[in-house]
Amino acid sequence: MKLLTHNMLSSSFIKGVTKGFPLGISATEIKLQEVNFNADFICRMLPKLDWTALCAAANSVGHLGDLPTEIPPDFEANEDFLKKAHHVLQEVEIQEGELVCPETSRKFPIKNGIPNMLLNEDEV
Amino acid sequence: MMGETPDLSHLSSLDYESIYEPAEDTFLFMDALLKDFESIKRLRPLVCLEVGCGSGAISAYLVKMLGPGAIYFCTDINDKATIATVKTGALNRVDLNPIQTDLVSALVPRLEGLVDVLLFNPPYVITPDEEVGGRGIEASWAGGARGRRVMDRFFPYVSELLSPCGIFYLVVIKENDADDIANCLSKFKLHMEVVLSRRSGQERLSILKFSRPYANKQA
Repeated sequence: MKLLTHNMLSSSFIKGVTKGFPLGISATEIKLQEVNFNADFICRMLPKLDWTALCAAANSVGHLGDLPTEIPPDFEANEDFLKKAHHVLQEVEIQEGELVCPETSRKFPIKNGIPNMLLNEDEV
Repeated sequence: MMGETPDLSHLSSLDYESIYEPAEDTFLFMDALLKDFESIKRLRPLVCLEVGCGSGAISAYLVKMLGPGAIYFCTDINDKATIATVKTGALNRVDLNPIQTDLVSALVPRLEGLVDVLLFNPPYVITPDEEVGGRGIEASWAGGARGRRVMDRFFPYVSELLSPCGIFYLVVIKENDADDIANCLSKFKLHMEVVLSRRSGQERLSILKFSRPYANKQA
């Protein structure tokens, strides 16, 4: 599971949950994957992200590095920044770990790189 | 190479006991996407989402067609399907991002207004309603009354998910009543076109496409 994917997941489908975002994240196995850098994709994707949540997630799994905690105003021309963003968004793959609902603490496992966001029959 | 069916040689008949084996509906879906290649490409898609990805064949086909300049999310309720999708992605050297969830529940509201290409080959077979709601292979075909139970549950999400110029592609059979589906989605200001139809055995399949009629499709 990429950190980009994590940025799009929430637990708002749980009854009583107001926002369910961002999900807490912990990892027991991380794989670094090489993904081709596409500056256009990163530039277009950045405004759709919750940057604070991305940095918090990256930090939780020990891969924040020197990624700026705020998007620089000149990001479109800042290739160094775009490459760092690309790495954190696309190249850090959580293979095994957990996502946690911030309101109920309900845990969702990540196995084989896939988050399981299903509720049990008795929780639905 | 564009237009080639993805390599699914990693999947065997044993796998197909628990996930949907690509069939005529799958291949018709691929043909429809290929037919629409120019108009999809013009959108410059950023975010693509396939609901009910099964083996990952359709998403892999889409990535091969459009290239890597987008993020490709896939969902399935069946854990064997999401695992198969990871492997299909790896074998075909395409970047697929499967999430195990019921329809799109884990991706809303975050993906609202962001999906440029939305794909759903739903469980469209007419079955007793009691057969709907499973999490195994039956989830790939069991559609309940009129074959509509699952897709009807999904329709309210479509206009929320789609970007302003986004397109939703849906596989149906004649019994699902495309005119009624068009009517349902027109309430969400979505306009329907039939992309392709084909008869396969007893099934009369169609690939439907939905988009906002006013949208300027030139990106």
